[in-house]
Amino acid sequence: MGGISVPDSGFYIISAIAIVLLGAQAVSHPAAFIQISIFGIADGAMYALVALGYTMVYGIIELINFAHGDVFTMGAYIGTAILGFFAVNENSFTTINLVALLLVFPVVMLIMGAINIGIERVAYRPLRNAPRLAPLITAIGMSFVLEGVMFLWHGPATVHVPDLLPHGPGFQTKIGGVFVGFKDVFVVVTAVILVSLLAVFINRTRLGKAMRATAQDRDAAQLMGIDINRTIAATFFIGALLAGAGGMIWGLYYNNIFYNLGFRTGLVAFTSAVFGGIGNIPGAAIGGLLIGLISAYSDYYIGSKWTEVVIFGILIGVLVFRPTGLLGMRVPDK
Amino acid sequence: MARLHLRERFKDRDTAIFGVLFLGALVFPIVTMFATGSSALIAQAGHAGTFVLLAIGLNVVVGFAGLLDLGYAAFFAIGAYTYALFASAQLGSSPLHHSYHLPFWLMIFVGMFVAAAAGAILGFPTLRLRGDYLAIVTLGFGEIVPQLSYNLPQWTGGINAIGGIDQPSLPAWITGPWAGANSISIIQGAACRVIGSGTSFAPCFSFGFDPIAYYALVVIMIIAAVILVGNLYRSRLGRAWMAIREDEVAAAAMGINTVTTKLLAFAIGASFSGFAGAYYGASIGLVSPDDFLFIVSITVLVMVVLGGMGSITGVIVGALAIYFVLNTFLPALPPFVENLANNVGLGFLNTQNGDWPGLAQETQRINFLVYGLILVLMMLLRPQGIFPSRVREQELKHAAVNEDEAAVEQVHAS
Repeated sequence: MGGISVPDSGFYIISAIAIVLLGAQAVSHPAAFIQISIFGIADGAMYALVALGYTMVYGIIELINFAHGDVFTMGAYIGTAILGFFAVNENSFTTINLVALLLVFPVVMLIMGAINIGIERVAYRPLRNAPRLAPLITAIGMSFVLEGVMFLWHGPATVHVPDLLPHGPGFQTKIGGVFVGFKDVFVVVTAVILVSLLAVFINRTRLGKAMRATAQDRDAAQLMGIDINRTIAATFFIGALLAGAGGMIWGLYYNNIFYNLGFRTGLVAFTSAVFGGIGNIPGAAIGGLLIGLISAYSDYYIGSKWTEVVIFGILIGVLVFRPTGLLGMRVPDK
Repeated sequence: MARLHLRERFKDRDTAIFGVLFLGALVFPIVTMFATGSSALIAQAGHAGTFVLLAIGLNVVVGFAGLLDLGYAAFFAIGAYTYALFASAQLGSSPLHHSYHLPFWLMIFVGMFVAAAAGAILGFPTLRLRGDYLAIVTLGFGEIVPQLSYNLPQWTGGINAIGGIDQPSLPAWITGPWAGANSISIIQGAACRVIGSGTSFAPCFSFGFDPIAYYALVVIMIIAAVILVGNLYRSRLGRAWMAIREDEVAAAAMGINTVTTKLLAFAIGASFSGFAGAYYGASIGLVSPDDFLFIVSITVLVMVVLGGMGSITGVIVGALAIYFVLNTFLPALPPFVENLANNVGLGFLNTQNGDWPGLAQETQRINFLVYGLILVLMMLLRPQGIFPSRVREQELKHAAVNEDEAAVEQVHAS
């Protein structure tokens, strides 16, 4: 079917209106607009890291992995516990801070990867041939289990994550009335590095190729000699690496985490994945970035209490007007 | 013959469960009143009845038509707010500046239709899409509705909720000849609302805060819903739902209009939720956005899946079981554990100490974990539910056997 269909044009019209309204704001108050955009990009980078896990898992086994948001939070919790072993300095950036930082990321990522493989093994693999609803319910159950573990661990209160990144007036520059902090740069650079590594992995390695093949057609991939169980486990492992890193970055950026943080973050990240075209890896990264920007604009221009309505409105709008998402990958209809 | 016998036995299983449930529902208030002397448990049972209604409704969507709805609480909220807005003083302080007090017996059907309409409006553009997308859209809708009621306090009361919702009332003769005046006004008048003030000259019988009246009402509603849903299931529409659930492409090829059929399932399922919502608003007397969060949708879904998708008896049992676990079993755990620790000489665990919040507190915190584990274990051990719809399996098997017999007969005839 060539040309632009009616639903597609609806999508373009709504996007165009939003861009025009934002453009007007950008012209009339450029400094505020750019400042908001920077917050949005930092948020979006974190959403993108979580969204990648959703999209990879959905692409390969068509499961909305509800527990993924809690894997993200769990990463921040475990990272905070590890940081507890170091005498980090919250007031100035010391060598210990640097060592802790360099150590905590790989350790958290590996632990979360192992946990996610365990979740897949226990809760999803036995149900791979069951009706679709069954793994979805276990995913929700695993989400409650993870939240329950964190709740048992630290209770309902927020947990403080050491503010060990360089921060304060010495570590931010003011360009034309816009503040750019070291933290913002750190978040974006880390996310870009991780996403690039993922892209290289997916496109250049044997396992990455196996993952793409399995996502396309599991049976055919199996016939070609690909170990399906190992490939799916690898997908969960990599998804959790990114989510764990995302959680750690979130903790270091906001310095406050709580046990059900993953619920909302997970839904927003999932929306990002759908926005970019679920199953599509670059789509999830771009979707995350855009959702981060949209929620920042909505926070500032509409009011933060409406942000959730805006985001889920977008979720419904995308599915109604353009179900394949922004990057429009075909989704096999089974 | 043997097959017929088998089939009858399966039918009997459902009949037997219905019988036990019905007798239990009749005996329950009498026994608890004698045993405990208070009606607190009956009030809780009335609340559980709301969830039974919700589970029966969601079963139409998930169990019959095989559509996944992750935002069912949104329709529940729509029903509850429809009743709450038009049967309280709330709209008086809204931009409308006029409050309405419409009768419960009318509003319960209005709530039903409003919820069904919301279901149809939401379903219409999305039901053409693949199954998972419907789940996502309903999830988004389920998040938006409570947010809207938080964010529009001038209409919905926001976080402060809508209180002082009218109680249902019936003709005075319902309470018996001793009630005084024998007016048959079922529209709640001013005289009815003073019943709480001690004047017994009310022209109608208000439900007031009497849990037994609400209990009786919800039991009647559940019986009506069961009969309705049972008939739907056995109707042409019910068979169309089953066909779509089993194989949508084949169903479409057989001439079933899949979009209309799915839309009907979605709207009918939503209507039960609206029905339950109106009852909920009336019985609790308070409608707050906190009652309609994602966790409610999930709880109802779990009730349906645990009970056995597609099986009416199953979802009723599932709803009661989950309600019991959530509202009786888990809250009773912390004091029980605390007493146990005291009795076996581990009393020191009960005192708060640094990071340790005390055993009772810690047990209370375990609720989430226990609930999650129940979900996972249940799906792993018995993915088909407690009482799966065996009639349906039997029907499918039956069809296969009949085909074989027909083939054999044809061979004989030729």
